[in-house]
This record gives sequence, structure tokens and C-alpha cells, in this order.
Amino acid sequence: MEQGTVRVKRGLAEMLKGGVIMDVTTADQARIAEEAGAVAVMALERVPADIRRDGGVARMADPTRVEEIVAAVSIPVMAKARIGHFVEAQILQSLGVDYIDESEVLTPADEAHHIDKWAFTVPFVCGARDLGEALRRIGEGAAMIRTKGEAGTGDVVEAVRHMRAMTEGIRRLATLGHEQLMAAARDLGAPYDLVEEVARTGKLPVVNFAAGGLATPADAALMMQLGCDGVFVGSGIFKSADPAPRARAIVEATTYFNDPQILAKVSRGLGEPMVGIGMDRLADGDRLAKRGW
Amino acid sequence: MRFGVLALQGDVREHAAAAAAAGAEPVLVRVAEDLDGLDALAIPGGESTTIGKLAERYGLVEPLRTAIESGLPTLGTCAGMIFLAAGTTEARPQVQLGVLDVVVRRNAFGSQVASFEADIDVVGIPDPVRAVFIRAPWIEKVGAGVEVLAEVEGHPVMVREGNIVATSFHPELTGDPRVHTLLLHMRGRA
Repeated sequence: MEQGTVRVKRGLAEMLKGGVIMDVTTADQARIAEEAGAVAVMALERVPADIRRDGGVARMADPTRVEEIVAAVSIPVMAKARIGHFVEAQILQSLGVDYIDESEVLTPADEAHHIDKWAFTVPFVCGARDLGEALRRIGEGAAMIRTKGEAGTGDVVEAVRHMRAMTEGIRRLATLGHEQLMAAARDLGAPYDLVEEVARTGKLPVVNFAAGGLATPADAALMMQLGCDGVFVGSGIFKSADPAPRARAIVEATTYFNDPQILAKVSRGLGEPMVGIGMDRLADGDRLAKRGW
Repeated sequence: MRFGVLALQGDVREHAAAAAAAGAEPVLVRVAEDLDGLDALAIPGGESTTIGKLAERYGLVEPLRTAIESGLPTLGTCAGMIFLAAGTTEARPQVQLGVLDVVVRRNAFGSQVASFEADIDVVGIPDPVRAVFIRAPWIEKVGAGVEVLAEVEGHPVMVREGNIVATSFHPELTGDPRVHTLLLHMRGRA
């Protein structure tokens, strides 16, 4: 009997495919998310929109908060650790969370290195803006990738940019000759064996969800049609006027992403989405997606 | 042979690939009409609460029950097993088809850090099967007409009742099509 194998770690992400993972800050929100049909919840202290508003250092959530959320639901619970903060990750693993998100939404703890994720039994998901970043994270042991988008904005434009960059990177590798792959690995800043694997299979070796700025059922369906395996919705649900019906509508839009009639039906009467910040108004220094190396 | 895969949520792609490896044509099932003309059906791994809610909201519960009760060979893996079962040990009810006479304990082996893979013996399959258990359920109570095909630590993890086969583990994750092949052989004999 073997635990913490690559197949077991990547396997849980496979089970989440076609689903919605929702940011929650309390046990009550976690129950609302589960009731709406979320496949997992992300336990955190403040949603990205509030982190953005309040400023200061954003850290791992209080263990009591995480445990309350774990106790409240039967679906998997994820929690965020700061980039490079392997002790926060050790603590979260000891709490029995099902996945750790080494996340740029929190304030990075290391400006040069990410966590050695091979050292853990619990699987990790990491953000990426393009193929090279994704393969560096997978090389460090990430069992799932999410495109970063720009968390806490309610603007889907960055999520689209990162998803398109990922797809383009994969397609490009698939067109190269074998003798070109080492140069491609150098340019991508990615491990050669993973570059070779993507070139051969035409896909990432792990599941890739979209994240960062999704606020509506149509946003979720857009990301699914662009080829992601599922979606994270952060501030978009619990910063909207009426979270429960919106959460449910986003779940349904993620399953029926190719059916415009169903999308029209579930998009009706949801009340105000989160207010949001357009990317054109966001100062360069306020862009969370730039964190990660 | 048309092998349907319930495609509401979960590892649909892996089941479709396993069905193809077993020599069948995979068919994704999202609405009731997709059930017409199938020779077998797989209900994938995923989140059983999500799959149940979507099936209920989109009118799939009764059509699925009818198709399975009329003899369609059906495989449920992990969440799929929970969805087929008559009940769970949880206090909170969830949407289940109730066509398989077992009670399951969800997340029985623990959280994700306790997830594991192992070689297990399965009745009717000659060599051991590499079984991947992910936040897996086990079967707590088995009804009279249910045959236990595999156990781990004394708990049933694979059962058969008539045209239904259910596993706690994920045969679709290992590239081994023997469990899906079993389903295709049941067609015509059920």
C-alpha cells in the first residue's frame, strides 16, 4: 500500500475535473458552496478582493478556521500557503487538508524559490501564467496547475490571456522536431523531460484549472471552452449580492459550458456580480500574477 | 458497442479512454436522450454530491434508474459507486439512485493524505489489479443479492449485483481496461 504517489496526488485533481472550486472564509460559506455543487472549497482568511482592499501581509489561514471548514463539509478542502513558505505547508498537511495551493494571492515568503512539493504527502496546486511557469511548478512536484488570471478583480481578461498562452505554448511544442526541444526547454526555463513529455503527448501532464477574475456563469463557460479542466472562483461568489444562486449557476455553467440555452437560463436574475476592478485601472505593482518565479 | 460515460463532472475522459481501450465507442451522457442505444454505462469518479445535484437538476435521476433497472450493464467508480448505492452512513441525505443494495461510508480511508494505491485480488480477474484509492469510500453494509469481488482490510471495495459493478477505487486511472471489459461481456447475459 503506497501513499502520496504521483498517481494518487494527480488523481484527486482528475476527480475535480468539470467542477468548480470556491473560495470560502467560514464554515457557513463552505456549506453554501457544497450545497451549490462545488467539488471542493478553498479555505482562506480573506478572499482576494479583501486582501487587495486591506493590504498588509496575507498569510496562511488560522488553523482553527481551516479545521472548522474541514469539519463542515464532505467535499475536499484546499488551503493556501505562501510561495516558498514550506512550514505553512507542513502545518496545513498536519491539519489534514486535501490539497495545498502555493498561492501568489498571499504575500510571498521567498523571492527566489518555491516549496519543494515532492517532500510532501499532500498534493499541491500552483498558479502559472504560461507553459514554462507551469512546467517549473510541475518539476517542483505540483500535482495540479491553475492559470493565475488576476485574483480579486472580477475581470476575466488575465485568465483568458494565461489560458491562451498555455494552449499556445503546448501547441508550439507539439510542432517542434526532437532536436529543437533542448533549445525550447532553455527558452521556457523548464525541465527538459517535461518539455519532451508535453511535445510527445500534446498536453500538460497534470490537470489545469482556470482562476483569477471569474465572476459570472458565462466567464466559467468561456474558460471551459478555451480548454481548461475546471474553474476556481474566488471573490466572485461571496463578494456578489446573492452568493448561493450565483454559486449554483456557475456550477451548472461549468458542466453545460457548450450549451448556450442552458447558459442563458442559468445567467438570469442572479443580482449584482462583484463590483470588480478593470485590469486597465490596476497599477503594475498591484498585480498578484507577477509573484512566482 | 456503445459505452456511455455520465459526463456531469469527474474523470470522464479517463473512463472514455478505458472504454475505448476495451474496444467500445465512448459516448458522453449529459442529458437523458444520450442514454438511448447504449450497451454499457460508466458513472465516473468525481464528487458524488456534485454529480447527484446536477443529475437531479437536469432530470437525469429517473432516466438513469430506468435504464439501469432494465439491465444496462453499469460500472460506478468511487463517486459513481456512492451515486448507485442505496444509502450512506452520513446523517445528511444526498441524491442517490438506490439501484445497488449497499450502504457506503464516504471518505472511509480518511482525507487525501491517506489516499493510496495497492495491488488487490478481484474475483473473476486472473491477475491482481492495481487499485488507486482517492478519498475513497468503502462498503459498510452489503444486501442479500450482492457479491463481494474485492476487499481491503476486511472492507468490501468492489461488488456486483446483477448488471451493476461498483468499485471504491479507480480502474480508469491505470490504463488497465479489464474492469471495463468485464462490463462489455455482461451485455446480453444480464
